[in-house]
Amino acid sequence: MTKKTTAPKAPKGRTSRTTATTSTSGTTRRRTTGDDQRYDAIVVGGGHNGLVNGAYLAKSGLRTLILERRHLVGGAAITEELHPGFWFTTFSYALSLLRPDIIHELELTRHGFMPLLMANTFAPMENGDYLLLSQDRGENLREIARHSKHDADAYDQYEHDVSQVCQLIKPLLDMVPPDLFSDDPAELLALAGLGRHFRRAQPRVVQNAIRLLTGSAADFLDDYFESDIVKGLFASASIIGTKVGPYSQGSGLVLLYHSIGEHDSVFGAWAFHKKGNGGFTQVLARAAQAFGAEIRLESPVASVITKGGRATGVALSDGTEYHADVVVSALDPRRTFLELVEPRDLPTDLVDHIRRFRFQGTSSKVNFALDGIPVFPALADRGVEPFRGFTNIGPSMEYLERAFDDAKYGWYSQHPYIDMAVQSTIDPDMAPPGKHVMSCFIQYTPYKLRERDWDAERQNLGDTVQRTLESFFPGFGNLVLHREVVTPLDIERVVGLSEGNIFAGEFLAPQMFFFRPAPGWSQYRTPIDGYYQCGSGTHPGGCVMGAPGKLAAGQILKDRAIRGR
Amino acid sequence: MIRTTPFHPRTSAANQTGLWSHWSGHLASEKYQVAEKFEYFAIRNSAGMFDSSPLYKYRIHGRDAERFLGGVLARDIRACRPGHAQYTTWCDDRGFVVEDGVILRHAADEFLLTAAEPNFAYFADLIGRHDVAIEEVSDDYATLAFQGPRSRTILEGLAPEVSALPYFALTPATISGIPVTISRTGFTGDLGFEVWVASGDALAVWDAVAEASQGHGVIPFGLQALEMARIEAGLLLLDVDFRSSRFAWTDEDRSTPTELGLGWMLRGIEADDRAFIGRRAIVREMTEKTSRWRMTGVVVDWHDYDRIYTNAGLIPPKDHTPVHEEFFLYDDDLKQVGYATSYAYSPILQRHIALARVRPNLAAPGTRVRLEIDVNHRYEYVAAHTARLPLYNPERKTA
Ligand SMILES: Cc1cc2nc3c(=O)[nH]c(=O)nc-3n(C[C@H](O)[C@H](O)[C@H](O)COP(=O)(O)OP(=O)(O)OC[C@H]3O[C@@H](n4cnc5c(N)ncnc54)[C@H](O)[C@@H]3O)c2cc1C
Repeated sequence: MTKKTTAPKAPKGRTSRTTATTSTSGTTRRRTTGDDQRYDAIVVGGGHNGLVNGAYLAKSGLRTLILERRHLVGGAAITEELHPGFWFTTFSYALSLLRPDIIHELELTRHGFMPLLMANTFAPMENGDYLLLSQDRGENLREIARHSKHDADAYDQYEHDVSQVCQLIKPLLDMVPPDLFSDDPAELLALAGLGRHFRRAQPRVVQNAIRLLTGSAADFLDDYFESDIVKGLFASASIIGTKVGPYSQGSGLVLLYHSIGEHDSVFGAWAFHKKGNGGFTQVLARAAQAFGAEIRLESPVASVITKGGRATGVALSDGTEYHADVVVSALDPRRTFLELVEPRDLPTDLVDHIRRFRFQGTSSKVNFALDGIPVFPALADRGVEPFRGFTNIGPSMEYLERAFDDAKYGWYSQHPYIDMAVQSTIDPDMAPPGKHVMSCFIQYTPYKLRERDWDAERQNLGDTVQRTLESFFPGFGNLVLHREVVTPLDIERVVGLSEGNIFAGEFLAPQMFFFRPAPGWSQYRTPIDGYYQCGSGTHPGGCVMGAPGKLAAGQILKDRAIRGR
Repeated sequence: MIRTTPFHPRTSAANQTGLWSHWSGHLASEKYQVAEKFEYFAIRNSAGMFDSSPLYKYRIHGRDAERFLGGVLARDIRACRPGHAQYTTWCDDRGFVVEDGVILRHAADEFLLTAAEPNFAYFADLIGRHDVAIEEVSDDYATLAFQGPRSRTILEGLAPEVSALPYFALTPATISGIPVTISRTGFTGDLGFEVWVASGDALAVWDAVAEASQGHGVIPFGLQALEMARIEAGLLLLDVDFRSSRFAWTDEDRSTPTELGLGWMLRGIEADDRAFIGRRAIVREMTEKTSRWRMTGVVVDWHDYDRIYTNAGLIPPKDHTPVHEEFFLYDDDLKQVGYATSYAYSPILQRHIALARVRPNLAAPGTRVRLEIDVNHRYEYVAAHTARLPLYNPERKTA
């Protein structure tokens, strides 16, 4: 296999290749190794978390190598020209949870960071009516009142209550979870701090938080709203990426995650990055390189090399070895613990936890190149306007729950939930003038099908989705120039996310915070010295958030500082 | 009665908000869509159309035009060759800025000066014995600003002349058979053009540009989006960032070009012999270093901003709507060292930014200052630093 590198820039301020090593006297001396394969840190996987991690490490002066299996970085966050002139966000397609401090600390705005505002949210209904929300609060209240006067009143209260919960929970996304099982005074102090954080909040907010973290979205939404379309719209955010229906316990947590992202301080607001989420990971790659990180493409890592319980480097599947004292896996927990290293080198209960870690992906994508904008009959005269943002095919909680029913019994939804995004209405760079790309996120499509398999069902899924779209947008089929169907199996094969789980492990309470990916191993370290984890399978989890990559870098640097003392 | 611009039939059809400002006696769209940030992103990621017709326009022509203007304008007009434009300023004899504007030089003896406020009498009264005529042509021309990264590609299709048009150059052209002037100018700090067309032909030109823009994500933008862009671009607004010396009540309300960050216009002044109004005072200010202020960008420390609001139990607001009030700047001992005149959250820089003036000793980029913001009905002093203007300056602007 030939190796391509993305024009690695020479590390800043270094003419010869040097690494910092610590001499016995404790002072740092620079040693020229002359050895191309020797680094301070190696990051396995060039998804967004690997890039964030590598960028932070390089920024701190570590000679850092990021190894990516594919011909491009980004992992689940890539944009590809699959039809001439049409740029597809094959997997991940919208941005909201990215931690704002990463934008600043990695100087992303210098490298082209540009989250584009979505102007509208559009929820078509099966009876031909619709809910179309804009950026104007007053207009939205009137629009909701068309469906329910009660819900128009409740809308502000709901937004306020959820925002308060978000404000309470948000700091947790930016912290290393304390170790619940440690007697270390520092950990106990951190736990106490967490307790104080919740004690200081208003009881009502804490209770709402618990309801969301443990309960069902339906229960929560029923407290506020009565109309199907309003509930359907909000409840849709409670199932994304997870094998739950809106009535299942646990869907509240997913709803909370999708509300806690922000766009310029507005909770729950999403943006399209310029040139899609792949445009975003290209920005990250440029930032990482500017800090001196080296990125090697088409470099699949077969294993982490260990010596005496310590990680010392990695071996590619072609046998090439790279050496470093720090090896970071940006892959999911299954690959981090069961594939890159020998499970027998790990404590058995950790291996057991990882074996029982739930993936069970249930999401797919069907992406289209379109000859023109779809037409919703009731809004036929409004052109592209309703499509400037998410279009939500999930007209009621019942619709979503019935879609889930199919999945419960091992099949994919015959009337699927679809999160549609015609990104070219926001970013003209995505498609030729007048043409469009449309990303459709689909649920439910269980990884394990009752009969047949995804290779056999792929195009049938595409047809099912297209049929559903046709029922809302008559004539849709005539617009299709190109169609890409991405099943959970494809996500697993292409990105490497086990069982196609988009979050590298489900968002279920027992798999979050202290427990992500396993009790006692939520602080980005592993039982192997020098071997770290920074993928979405670690806290705070999946989505294009960057937090795992950043928090892991913090731990690595802390450990090095302690060792260097 | 408030007037409308020649583009009004189109701008009013496009304005979905019913929000209009009064600009020099004309209706001007505040924003066309409820999401003005969407209009802003058209400027930064596609292109936007802006009706800048309300600007005052003066045709200044005649054998002595260059000599006359050379005696009034602070920037050397001789450097502006025919087919070029200049951003310029004119001062009073104490070296205080009267106003600023862009001047287009159509021919050796033919200029078009734009200004935010009426300046006819001011210039006419200074003509003296020069062989120069000045006419106000504000109503004769409509001006369509077409700004953003795609502006050139789209406009090229209508007027190939723009493909090689340098920054601050202008060219005659025709659009749909209509004679126009196209200048590579604008108030957004981005790649962009302004199309100058006889009022009677304005609609046809608007339509042609809109037609050529189909499918490119081009939309008209209003004053709010323009404001966002111009703050990022470090472009000053009369009566917001400075006041005309003619109408100021105190010298505190007057500024010299150097104090406004326009010192670059005066480069080489010691070596040349230009006699223009204010020259003596300006040279004295320079040699004696008596400038009271320096114009600077200010960038708010993101982390400190979030910390202050979060500690107060609030969500840190990141509202892109520009604020025109004064925000005081302090040093670490909370001594006032300056004031900001325009303040906004920049979506593309992901930070709060301001146009400000500070004491000259603090003007070096990166100097730490504190900006006064009110949080929970109390003043807080958020960390910030000075930064070179423009704060956003894409290569394509001049490339
Ligand atoms: C279909 C889909 C839609 C989504 N939509 C959204 C969305 O709209 N918004 C959002 O915020 N989140 C979304 N997500 C979730 C989000 O994209 C992911 O959680 C996130 O991108 C995962 O990032 P990561 O860096 O942790 O891992 P990954 O992106 O999985 O990166 C891992 C990288 O490692 C590489 N790799 C694998 N094995 C090896 C090896 N042996 N050696 C070297 N490299 C290797 C892979 O090629 C990959 O590049 C979506 C995910 C999917 C799949």
